[in-house]
Amino acid sequence: MADDLKELKIELSKNGIFTTTLEEIYNWGRKNSVWPLTFGLACCAIEMIATTMARYDLARFGAEVFRPSPRQADLIIVSGTVTKKMAPQVVRLYNQMPEPKYVIAMGACAISGGPFRDGYNVLKGIDRYIPVDVHIPGCPPRPEALISAFMTLQKKIEEQALAGADRPRHLHAELPSEFPVPEFGEHGLEPPANLDVFHDAPGNPLRVIQ
Amino acid sequence: MALPSPEELKAQIEADVPGAAVRVIQNGSPSAQHSLLLDHAHARAVAEFLRDHAEWRLDYCSLVTGVDWPDTETSEKVKVKKLVKAADGTESEQEVDEVRKTKVPGYLEAVYHLFSMEKKHGMVVLRMRTADRGEGTHLPSLTPVWRSAEFQEREAFDLYGIVFDGHPDLRRILMWDGFVDYPMRKDYVPPPDDAPVTTAQGTSLEVRS
Repeated sequence: MADDLKELKIELSKNGIFTTTLEEIYNWGRKNSVWPLTFGLACCAIEMIATTMARYDLARFGAEVFRPSPRQADLIIVSGTVTKKMAPQVVRLYNQMPEPKYVIAMGACAISGGPFRDGYNVLKGIDRYIPVDVHIPGCPPRPEALISAFMTLQKKIEEQALAGADRPRHLHAELPSEFPVPEFGEHGLEPPANLDVFHDAPGNPLRVIQ
Repeated sequence: MALPSPEELKAQIEADVPGAAVRVIQNGSPSAQHSLLLDHAHARAVAEFLRDHAEWRLDYCSLVTGVDWPDTETSEKVKVKKLVKAADGTESEQEVDEVRKTKVPGYLEAVYHLFSMEKKHGMVVLRMRTADRGEGTHLPSLTPVWRSAEFQEREAFDLYGIVFDGHPDLRRILMWDGFVDYPMRKDYVPPPDDAPVTTAQGTSLEVRS
């Protein structure tokens, strides 16, 4: 929203007139009903479950409805170690989700491979194949960290423009909503990373400077 | 009745299983869990003998694992008599130290841990060694004797490349079918995308090379 419009809005509210925009009310609705996919991979999933239960109560943020089908989910929380054998299935689940869709990479394994980075069987970060919106470090991250990541995601959704050049990916018709599923090769996954989403992505800290 | 010592087990096996050659592998650690090295030809018969023995009844195989023993090189210093030329041109015979290196070929090993559920005793450790680490990585399967060995022999096949002859369903179990490496072998090298690459941020980042 342009700054002069914001100022006008504040001015009006001082005079007892409440105004809003379609963008604001649309994003307000979206950010308060982000439904995650019922999907856990390892010990981080236990923390994710704890986050949804009474003590931490993710329902306060409108995310209590974990959907058993990717077709009904808005968010995939990659909670735990992504083994190379599991990676194609994770990408496939992501591909099956309708737009707009978001990804939280939860824990050291999901963001980089974590303690298994030097092993032969663990993917070195899910951001090699799908675009990640929020990374949470930790092994495992505490429920507070997941809530913080969730609030970060809500803020991100709130600020998304519905029109203009900087609108999010799902509003660009030409940008993909599905990403290639890696295949099992003779020595590892083929390709080892999807370069369209991995280190070529602007702002990605893993981007390679050559 | 408690289990006899490995030496007594070996004597009893060799007496009752004709042709079986058993070696006791000593374990020098404080646990002193000595094990029995079986020959390939009689391994199955020895396993059945241990399982069905009236007093031992080793009816439960709790663990099967692989061990990789890579090729090693031992060097020893030997004194050799040699003709040595001195600075003034005269030759004389002198004793010279020479380092002799001998290559010891490696092998793969399968280890089985046996207990008795019926007699409540254990553990007896069995070992079998392959001929080498290349072509001759065959061992007889003990799955027909202990059903619980099935998945763990598959695991040893998957990660070490030990081929268990006589296994009913020898496929990879953890890695996918098209995978060709044996990642738990000591000389396994991960694919190039997993190798560390130097970037502006340092060398810990790994990307496709």
